[in-house]
Amino acid sequence: MQSKVMDLSLAIDRFVPSGSTLVTCTCLEALIPFAAGHEIMRQKKQDLTLIGPISDICFDQLIGAGCVSRVRAAWVGNVITGSGYNFRRAVESGALEVEDHSNFTISTALQAGASGIPFLPVRTALGSSLMETNQSLKTMTCPFSGDTLAAVAAITPDVAIIHVQRSDPFGNAHLWGNLGIAREACLASDHVILTAETIVEPEVITSDPNRVFTPGFRVSAVAHVPWGAHPSAVPGYYNRDHQMYLNYQNASRTVAQFAQWKKEWVDSPSSRSEYLKLLGQERMDDLALKHHLLSEPADYGY
Amino acid sequence: MIWPLNTTCCRSLLIMATDHYTQAELMVAAAAREIADQEVIFVGMRLPLLGFLLAKSTHAPNAVGIYELGLIRDSVAPEPILTMGDLPNFYRAQWLCDMADMMGLLQKGEVHASFIGGAQVDRFGNLNTTYSRNGSSGTTRLPGSGGACDLASLAQRHIIIMKHEKRRFVPRVDYITSPGYGDGPGWRQRAGLPRGGPSRVITTLGILGFDSQNKEMVLQSVHPGVSVQTVLEHTAWPLRTAPEVSTTPEPTQDELAMLRRFDPQGYWTGE
Repeated sequence: MQSKVMDLSLAIDRFVPSGSTLVTCTCLEALIPFAAGHEIMRQKKQDLTLIGPISDICFDQLIGAGCVSRVRAAWVGNVITGSGYNFRRAVESGALEVEDHSNFTISTALQAGASGIPFLPVRTALGSSLMETNQSLKTMTCPFSGDTLAAVAAITPDVAIIHVQRSDPFGNAHLWGNLGIAREACLASDHVILTAETIVEPEVITSDPNRVFTPGFRVSAVAHVPWGAHPSAVPGYYNRDHQMYLNYQNASRTVAQFAQWKKEWVDSPSSRSEYLKLLGQERMDDLALKHHLLSEPADYGY
Repeated sequence: MIWPLNTTCCRSLLIMATDHYTQAELMVAAAAREIADQEVIFVGMRLPLLGFLLAKSTHAPNAVGIYELGLIRDSVAPEPILTMGDLPNFYRAQWLCDMADMMGLLQKGEVHASFIGGAQVDRFGNLNTTYSRNGSSGTTRLPGSGGACDLASLAQRHIIIMKHEKRRFVPRVDYITSPGYGDGPGWRQRAGLPRGGPSRVITTLGILGFDSQNKEMVLQSVHPGVSVQTVLEHTAWPLRTAPEVSTTPEPTQDELAMLRRFDPQGYWTGE
């Protein structure tokens, strides 16, 4: 079997062409692939469609960098402060098209995509304005009960980008913590890019197959990116850097402020290792886990 | 966790504080009282997150918390958390799973109560967190639904927590992100929603409920130091009031001590 390990820059160059539909930031607040987002910004990708649930500031950054023409998401902003200023500016100026979902409908759209069917019914959002403004949501009558339901059209992204704790060279990976919509996002997508805190031997992954969240044979690229989800948290590796999110609120308030922030944190550090130098060892030590909790081994023998 | 935080760049959530407690602390204590023991609660963010922790630590020790990112826990996290995705919230959790699992439980009707916030609410409890019109200056784009639309659509009841300002308490919202009672009695059933609706609105000025017949918001209590007239002036429709408007109970010393353990820096409940 051929190794899928490659530099993050090559993975983005090869699998995220301009015009792609991209699902990412799938675990809501944890495990957000910021390193991949910043690489997309450095490569100046354009006309992307971003798909996600609560995306936190990664979507706001990609929008501010001019990479995005369309968003299909439930929420774009900064979780602990509120508004995403780049998102607001882009929508209010007409530069960005938004298909408004709820967390449940975006998950359902990807579940339909993952299952190879055109839609799935839910009972959420009925009567809301989402049903009027989102062309992917329609009311329907249940053929069995006669109930009114909301039909959610399938979404099949070109590519999913997911940050994981550990992967083997072939894309078999362990993800733990909350899973958000990561599983349906990967199964619905044509390509999957993993960024991983560590690359491990296949035996590590096969020692615990229940912790695998998507089949390795569907993964296209694996990039080794330690601290690749900072400032979001990665269970088992580092805590959420709240201060970075607080600082971003002011750093994105105007176009000029965002340009300065982007220069400092995205353009100047040419790679994630340069970014970590900028972050500094002291900060990384602050964010490191202070209380470890190892799970009991599970016996998969026969 | 990184403590202390430099929070000077954050807008204060508060309008005023008393000598003994802040307005946000009063609101969190009120939110906690909406939770009964043994209930399954879809927790949400910000003040409701603290309200759930307070309820768990006082009168509702057996309440179960569901967090939409894919997490169930029935105990208080070992350290203060700012968001549901902070790692102490994962520590010895009962279940870490898909968001779809949480939404499935919600859709089946197994969630007793949920908490949501909003930028704009109307007399029938419809909430808007998507777009608001600014008169001549166009529209303001807000972050969107997140899970709020789902919580308002599918929980057995939901509790709204928000600032009480005239521009936020409007006769009719510009966009229904999270459905309340629509245009009145029977609307939810006609829309196909299986159950639920808002049961309470906890604001910076008072606590409101909904008339069981016509589904309109009704003022039930005012916070200490707030007059009924002030609430009416900050509401952009002729707000109905209960026959006897009471005063919202102040948080007890025990509640305040507990709360300050959960939010030691006062990030959500400080001045």
